[in-house]
Amino acid sequence: MIRERYLNALTLALFVAIPFWAITADEPFTITLMTRAVVFAIAAVGLNIALGLGGLVSLGHAVFFGLGGYAMGILAYHAQNYTALTEWPFLIEGTKSMPVIWLAAIVVSSLAALVIGILSLRTAGVYFIMITLAFGQMFFFFAISWAEYGGEDGLSIYVRNGFPGLNTLDPIQFYGLCLGLLCLVLLFAWRLSGSPFGLALNAARQVPVRVETAGLDPVRLKLVAFVLSGAITGLAGALFADLNRFVSPTMFSWQTSGEIMIFIILGGVGRLFGPVVGALVFVALEHWLGGLSDFWHIYLGLLLLVIVLFGRGGLIGMLCGREAVHD
Amino acid sequence: MTDAVLQTSGISKSFGALRASRDISIDLKPGEIHAIIGPNGAGKSTLIGQICGTLKPDSGSVHLLGKDVTHQPTRARARAGLGRTFQISSLSMEDTVLQNVLLGALGASGRPWRFFSNVLKDTSLRETAEEALARVGLLDQARMRTAELSHGQRRQLEVAVALTQKPKALVMDEPMAGMGSEGSKLLTGFLDQLRHEAPILLVEHDMDAVFSLADRISVLVYGEVIATGTVDEIRANAAVKEAYLGDEA
Repeated sequence: MIRERYLNALTLALFVAIPFWAITADEPFTITLMTRAVVFAIAAVGLNIALGLGGLVSLGHAVFFGLGGYAMGILAYHAQNYTALTEWPFLIEGTKSMPVIWLAAIVVSSLAALVIGILSLRTAGVYFIMITLAFGQMFFFFAISWAEYGGEDGLSIYVRNGFPGLNTLDPIQFYGLCLGLLCLVLLFAWRLSGSPFGLALNAARQVPVRVETAGLDPVRLKLVAFVLSGAITGLAGALFADLNRFVSPTMFSWQTSGEIMIFIILGGVGRLFGPVVGALVFVALEHWLGGLSDFWHIYLGLLLLVIVLFGRGGLIGMLCGREAVHD
Repeated sequence: MTDAVLQTSGISKSFGALRASRDISIDLKPGEIHAIIGPNGAGKSTLIGQICGTLKPDSGSVHLLGKDVTHQPTRARARAGLGRTFQISSLSMEDTVLQNVLLGALGASGRPWRFFSNVLKDTSLRETAEEALARVGLLDQARMRTAELSHGQRRQLEVAVALTQKPKALVMDEPMAGMGSEGSKLLTGFLDQLRHEAPILLVEHDMDAVFSLADRISVLVYGEVIATGTVDEIRANAAVKEAYLGDEA
């Protein structure tokens, strides 16, 4: 059995080494693939706060991923057309600045998570899954019918948005930016899980009645977790849109929600690096198996079956065993 | 007469045709252990639920430290000083023993909205938690996973979690259940001391413990308190003998 922290370090090392190799070997597409993995990992680190720590099985995280994407799409669309987003009650113009876009993505997806959370946290179990799924579908069909922003066809952004001091058109620079954000988000998730809030949330997942008896409100704890979770997934959505320079309703689809959850299940639910390992493996499989057969999802399905049946802790659980008792 | 710390006034609760609580008025005075006994299905859990706030009485009221808490949720009652231990252990089994008591201390501190600091390095929470563990004799097990504790140790941990909240009144639902005679003797001695810190409303099946600990006993049968009195009075009560104690007493 490998110690989990060594596996985590190894994973991070891969995220540095592979693109480094790709530059020297002149394989720019590998860098794009790795960027995809990093962005997926950020989205899944977000979901893992709700799912792994809070026990909230959300099948609606595509809402936040999509909102992040459309925050980028709409702001950049107006910037490239030199039109205002709105002139009333005050003038809001588009922007091509990533930090502003990220902030917008985080704010919008947090607000959506707050509203969805307040409504869906009245339920639990299968009903919670269904309600979050229903919200996802609502946003999906709303995006499809919103003709002003491309409707079903989505929005294309011609030039990637900018970040002060970097040339984001250079794949490796954009990759580095995303990897930096992933590290920040991981740092946040790590601190969160060991914090007073993390302790209370962890207990609220296992024994809500105990949390209540200790004088805390388990539903409010879960709501805050859901909002934080949605905000991070929203940020990932903005990055994903910038990676593809394209936004479409697909980002809101239930398949997207499912994929984000698959990353976590592949890697290990509730493990800090579970979403990261899962996203990396998923992108690798998508690339290699996808090259072998159009029906690569069959193999992915088989792999998921094996992992769920034999390794409850995902790949990290299989390699490192049960989570060590924290000191 | 001193004021009651905890008091129910004529609370009733029905589930359909089943009248689980009928006009129950009991109180808990400072420094005492008030035991509630009764056969299975007498409505003990329903009574506890209404006292702790998981169930709402159809009528009547619950007072804690002189305040009407009938319409307050469990967490508000907990913050006001009502501690509780559960019949079936309600602990975070995946977490360590220390983490479980820290949760109690965190609830008592009322400051869970801290996202970056390390809870294990919070000295004030940790002192409260470790003091409570030391009192029930679990300090050596602090780093063990709760699921690895023996049944008796889990019961002790339940008590420790309640202690971290510095309760002004305790409701204990069968703290001795499933304990060996040695463990239950230790816990009996501990509760004997604890009553001076916080009076205890004790629901218990272990009659040896009840008779040696209780200052007063109330007997609950079919949702009704048929007698309240000292140990001797209850032992001598004909109606209680017939309904519950049988030949044992």
